[in-house]
Amino acid sequence: MMITLEKISLKLGQGREETEILNEISLRFDPGKIYVITGPNGGGKTSIAKIIMGIYQPFSGKILYNGEDISGLSITERGKRGIRYAFQSPPRFKGIEIERLLKLANPDVNLKELRSIMVKIGLCPEDYLERIADNSLSGGEMKRLEVASVLLSRTKVAILDEPEAGVDLWGFEQLLNLVINSHRQAEDRTTIIISHSEKFLEAADEIIVVAEGKVQKQGKMDAIRPLIMEGIQCRWRKICLGEEENYGSQCSR
Amino acid sequence: MDLNVLDKELLREVADLHRVPQGAFNIRKNGVAVGRESKDGITITPKEDRPGIDVRIDPGTIDQSLHIPVILTIPDLHDVVYNTFEIGAGSDVLVVAGCGIHTTSGKSRHDGIHEFYVRKGAQLRYVEKHYGAGGGTGERVLNPVTIIHLEDGATAELEMVQIKGIDNTDRKTEVYQGAQSRLIMNERLLTHERQHANSEIIVHLQGEGSNAEVLTRSVGQDHSVQIFKAALIGYGKCKGHLSCDSIIMGEADIRSLPEIWAKNEEAELTHEAAIGKISGEQIIKLMTFGLNEEEAVRTLLEGYLR
Repeated sequence: MMITLEKISLKLGQGREETEILNEISLRFDPGKIYVITGPNGGGKTSIAKIIMGIYQPFSGKILYNGEDISGLSITERGKRGIRYAFQSPPRFKGIEIERLLKLANPDVNLKELRSIMVKIGLCPEDYLERIADNSLSGGEMKRLEVASVLLSRTKVAILDEPEAGVDLWGFEQLLNLVINSHRQAEDRTTIIISHSEKFLEAADEIIVVAEGKVQKQGKMDAIRPLIMEGIQCRWRKICLGEEENYGSQCSR
Repeated sequence: MDLNVLDKELLREVADLHRVPQGAFNIRKNGVAVGRESKDGITITPKEDRPGIDVRIDPGTIDQSLHIPVILTIPDLHDVVYNTFEIGAGSDVLVVAGCGIHTTSGKSRHDGIHEFYVRKGAQLRYVEKHYGAGGGTGERVLNPVTIIHLEDGATAELEMVQIKGIDNTDRKTEVYQGAQSRLIMNERLLTHERQHANSEIIVHLQGEGSNAEVLTRSVGQDHSVQIFKAALIGYGKCKGHLSCDSIIMGEADIRSLPEIWAKNEEAELTHEAAIGKISGEQIIKLMTFGLNEEEAVRTLLEGYLR
């Protein structure tokens, strides 16, 4: 499904605390493609994801879902339309077993499918399905479940916020394969990944670099790489950390 | 047994009874026994000096169950019952208690005083559910007292649940533990509207190597009030952990007073207590699955109190 952001601006906080997070961002996410949004911390990547999911309401602009204006729809309505979001820091649930949580994500899923996805995220179903999705799980385990909860459902638009964060090296490869294979198997799914991982960047059909609330550059890995490696990071460091001298030699752009 | 539709509904709620239990049972309705059967090493005898029963479970009785539900369906009844349980050495039994009150007017009150003697090496699983229904101006009051003596090597697993419906409750649980005995206690409570709940738990870890895990979880909604007082007292080499966890909603008022008290340097006691609202991120996550906010909150509370 196609998602279009038209001149989206976002402000958070009130009064003197009000901060502009996104400044008239326009983006188009086509069906069947993998997009990776990258850029420095605090640049507005997660805010784009939350605006698509309906968690944040934009100050101005429109969001279109296959041409339908969904700007006024609730999170629930967007979820029902097949837009799903894997949190950067997944919440934990006291008393809710992993099996129950995944069935809430997709009530039609059967045990065979559940077991299959557990294996794909590297968690043994025999050991995990009956466990509670609470603080007894590590950050990496929760992260894998979070990704599974999005990919398991009949998702039309999968938004994964730093899926690699907290996942160990061995688990990362599995997670990467799951995300890519799941995307390929799903018909016309749009996958939007917020990531700094080179592997995800390489897997992307298109990379979007976001910094200071704006789209700085958009394109394939080869075109984006120099900007990622030097320009944006150094520019951000100059602006925010005053590290111009230290990074001066690298920051030629 | 003469039970009407309402009686059956109450029995289903408090004891998960859909028919006459397979094991021993004693069913009490509006202050009198309406059904009783001793069975398979479990003998039930009515007390002679006061209302209630004496239950004797023969030593070595394994995998047997006893159901002792109480139902109140008439207004202005104050039912008091004293039940004493002798759980024989080496036995392993399930005791399902609980009280259901249905009244639409007046005040119906049940005070159930249960005392258990769990003999050496015996294992007791005790399930107590309280349920109220009826609405109107009726007031439903339940004041359970549970006293448990765990002899050396005995184990008790307690699951005590009260979800809505009870306007006023004053719960007292006291456990005395012998050497190498083990207690696992889970209390679940949900109050709403203007309900009031007091719960007091005292565990005496007296015997060498005794162990206790006490977990209370509660949800306070609307204008309800809850007060928890829980104490683990270690007299010698023992281990105990106490956790009091509450979710507060609306205009509810919750006090939680966990206490650990060591009388010996070998006592290892810990506690944690938390009161907080439901996390917004939990609700949002479930909403991304297509649940509306109300469904998300209900799902979270069901899981939390399970």
